[in-house]
Amino acid sequence: MLAKRIIPCLDVKAGVVVKGVQFRGHEVVGDILELAARYRDEGADELVFYDITASSDGRSVDRSWIKRIANLLDIPFCVAGGLRTADDVRATLAQGADKISINSPALENPALIDALSREFGKQCIVVGIDSREEDGDYYVYQYTGDDKRTVATKRRTLDWVREIVERGAGEIVLNCMNQDGVRRGYDIAQLAAVRAIAPVPLIASGGAGAIEHFTEVFQKANVDGALAASIFHKKIVAIQDIKTTLAQQGIPVRK
Amino acid sequence: MIAILDSGVANLTSVQAALDRLGAQSIITDDPKVLQNANRVILPGVGAAEAAMTSLKKKGLVEVIRALTCPVLGICLGMQLLFDRSEEGAECLGIIDGEVRQLRVLGDLPLPHMGWNQLEVLDAAHPLLNGIKTGDFVYYVHSFAAPVAGNTIAQTTYGTAFTAMVAKGNFMGCQFHPERSGETGSRILKNFIEMENA
Repeated sequence: MLAKRIIPCLDVKAGVVVKGVQFRGHEVVGDILELAARYRDEGADELVFYDITASSDGRSVDRSWIKRIANLLDIPFCVAGGLRTADDVRATLAQGADKISINSPALENPALIDALSREFGKQCIVVGIDSREEDGDYYVYQYTGDDKRTVATKRRTLDWVREIVERGAGEIVLNCMNQDGVRRGYDIAQLAAVRAIAPVPLIASGGAGAIEHFTEVFQKANVDGALAASIFHKKIVAIQDIKTTLAQQGIPVRK
Repeated sequence: MIAILDSGVANLTSVQAALDRLGAQSIITDDPKVLQNANRVILPGVGAAEAAMTSLKKKGLVEVIRALTCPVLGICLGMQLLFDRSEEGAECLGIIDGEVRQLRVLGDLPLPHMGWNQLEVLDAAHPLLNGIKTGDFVYYVHSFAAPVAGNTIAQTTYGTAFTAMVAKGNFMGCQFHPERSGETGSRILKNFIEMENA
């Protein structure tokens, strides 16, 4: 059986793992290699590194940590954040990343998805979507990495999902903004709506706060993986405890 | 020395890193002489079969690979290239009989087949499977696969059963990524490094 994936997400800034403190910048959580090794040893199926290093002066940021992660890990990992061109993606994959994830650049230039999928294969092209419910429908948001810049696009989330699949996305990470950071559970209704039309792997993001949220998202929204950050960083739940519960419920997991 | 064949389309870093973790020396190369003198050759690969075969032909490596007598391990697309041809539209190396086909899954399973899935060992006596048992998880990312046939030594099921591992003489292959498959993947790479030359 294909196992459901548990995916910790680490925010990386200038080579260290940070967590956002609203309106007060970022606080260092720890060393990137140490945290990656910890999650690997705890049974993470995959890791996502979200590089939030700002490149305000247009220079390319130091990503030498990717190669150190590639050397360390014997599980797959994805790099997200700050990838805008085929050259950025080529360099990231050459450093040893298994997958890359794009979000805002895909909204600015949807043809980027086609180009990346053609050159590198759809298996390594993940598209992230930040989506929020409004008046009974779901809409895509852009530039969510920065509160001051975050904007609502006019795109309906379900239309965007269909478009990115058509263009060659190999996997979708759906971050449900209504739930993000509140730890009250994944947005089951929205994820189920996207699941119904997405023929590629779908990863749930936003809202995980307890073990039962994982059981619920796999049973009710039938996603392929569940991503979470703060509950793992803050050690609110352990990955092995999630997997034990999932297995007891008959959900396939890698032990 | 283990030679990792630089086909121009593969993620070579992670394969070399996995060998480093096992303490095995390796070199990334597309030099026919280095390949011929290696005592192990790994043929990695991601992406499309046609682009990979075009690259191998351009580098003059098709006959060099076919003539190798040391243990050879194809990984993912690298394994698919060992077969006669691929439904993607490419004539492949023709070392192992059969055609690689697009995964056709029953029902509405997502594609690509991405994530950790289980091995079912068919030939437990094969040295590549030393210490590996049915139920062990390995990491897959692919949309094409070889049907289960006589040279299949392990299979995996995703909607339908397909060849997870293949072996014909000194040529072997894994459809999954051993370099990203945790302890099970490390064990398979270790078996490959330590097996006796035929």
